[in-house]
Amino acid sequence: MSFFRDTFLIFRRQLRLSLRNPAWVIIGLIQPILYLVFFGPLLSKIAGGGLSGFPPGNSYSFFVPGLLIQLGLFGAAFVGFTIISDWRAGVIERFRVTPVSRTALLAGRVLRDVVTLLVQAVVLVLAGLAFGMRAPFAGVLIGLGFIAVVAISLSAISYTVGLLLKSEDALAPLINMFVVPLMLLSGIMLPITLGPGWLQGISRATPFRYIIDAMRQAFHGVYATTVMAEGICVAVGLAAVCVFVASRAFVRENA
Amino acid sequence: MAMIEAEGLARVFRSRRHTVEAVRGVDITVGEGEIVGFLGPNGAGKTTTLRMLTTLLRPTAGTATVAGADLLRDPLGVRRRIGYAPQAIGITAGGSDPNCTVIEELRIQAQVYRIPPADAAARIRLLLDQLELAGLEKRLCKTLSGGQRRRLDIALGLVHSPRLVFLDEPTTGLDPQSRSNLWDHVRALRDELGSTVFLTTHYLEEADALCDRVMVIDHGKIIAEGVPDELKHRISGDVITLSFGTAAGGAQAGLVLAGQPDVKDIAADGPSLRLSVDHGEQALPALLRSLDGAGLTLESVQLARPTLDDVFLTLTGRSLRDDSPVQPGPDAEPELAGTAS
Repeated sequence: MSFFRDTFLIFRRQLRLSLRNPAWVIIGLIQPILYLVFFGPLLSKIAGGGLSGFPPGNSYSFFVPGLLIQLGLFGAAFVGFTIISDWRAGVIERFRVTPVSRTALLAGRVLRDVVTLLVQAVVLVLAGLAFGMRAPFAGVLIGLGFIAVVAISLSAISYTVGLLLKSEDALAPLINMFVVPLMLLSGIMLPITLGPGWLQGISRATPFRYIIDAMRQAFHGVYATTVMAEGICVAVGLAAVCVFVASRAFVRENA
Repeated sequence: MAMIEAEGLARVFRSRRHTVEAVRGVDITVGEGEIVGFLGPNGAGKTTTLRMLTTLLRPTAGTATVAGADLLRDPLGVRRRIGYAPQAIGITAGGSDPNCTVIEELRIQAQVYRIPPADAAARIRLLLDQLELAGLEKRLCKTLSGGQRRRLDIALGLVHSPRLVFLDEPTTGLDPQSRSNLWDHVRALRDELGSTVFLTTHYLEEADALCDRVMVIDHGKIIAEGVPDELKHRISGDVITLSFGTAAGGAQAGLVLAGQPDVKDIAADGPSLRLSVDHGEQALPALLRSLDGAGLTLESVQLARPTLDDVFLTLTGRSLRDDSPVQPGPDAEPELAGTAS
């Protein structure tokens, strides 16, 4: 089908561009690796101290999923910048006048971001293993699956906002305004259950809370639970909404 | 067969505070093999019209058939048949990715049109030669010169051998040499490939040198249309400037020439007279004979053909020169309005 062929063409082009500048893939990894190295050891002390809220077992199996979400939030949410420079170069307009599927212009880019993020996630998981994380292989695969779906949501929505705003100056604060609270409320560093009731309440209204809880269970080898089902529903639902909104923006006559 | 047939094409931009009628109902007919120039100052509605004809912007009113496909019902059909090079001025560039190589850009363009690889390779080789880009295949687009980059933008619009090509301000920002070089390429498009070319420009020399036909647009309406020479004749006529030794001589000559049938208008300026005449080169001998008959001695004679700038000045009361400040009216197209969301 024409859409898949077009998506592949755009994906390959964008991937080639990424490989031309692999520095960004590495720079994106620096932040979570720093957390792993400089914050992880503190966390294992706290968790080891028997503080309530931490699941029993390896503290890195708790911490690495959080870092994966952080990687996804900061990696995929900022891809909107690249669509602004593409628009500025006239690339978007040039392709919109060709018969190429306009949805493929989005899908090819999102696919590239998913692949980039998965590569980064694998490196982060390996680093976690080096620090003493122990998690079942199947659980890690499920975690990577979550990361891929999260990447689809965030990258699609980031491209949409970038395409609509067409201004880096406006995009950066806007993304931070959403990403930072979403990250804090998901309980990336510490179990959100340590917090007071109101904080847990707000946290329950944000999507990444559910996703990260499910990922942590997967890393602890627990699969068939309500938490896992909730996590999958939230991740897939979020992706569906984001992709729907984004493809409408890309197909619109005037964008 | 007409390549473009548009009727009452209009576009209104609405925002919370105001409504802008960027294009207010234009009729356009372009025949096969024509090079047609769309001439107007910044903000006149050129780009908005072009964006509508290339399916980038949905018209708020009007209908059009572009390259045989209905613009509103079959935009994909239009896209398959036309080539387009976006404008490369202001904050947007002309379509090539700075971090891609020349050959990568040409190849992906061929791929999205589903041109078989062997045909694409031959076509790309031909375009590289024709547009003097051979040898630059492996270069990143950002390392090309302005003229090379612009030729690449145009080559990208030609990969699928479209019969109708839209060029938005093709030479803006280029030095005079690159500009006239690009004109040769546009002419070759028509002469060698039989393509129809629709271009926008705010350079009068460009419209004059390149286009078979010119449409002048201002404030979203087409205010004049025709072959450049015909437009010049119809609207301004030729100007003959006669200089006499003294102001008295000038005044006397004014009286003598006032009765001449060819003379439409006389303006005295000290010892000089400015005459507007219909066909200057034919009127001149008779005028000189009658001055001779009256015993008046001329110091010099000058015959000036009107330029499209004169045409524009006559039509709009404004000049269209590069260095003139742009003063869009309250209803002019806002900068890049077509791309605003």
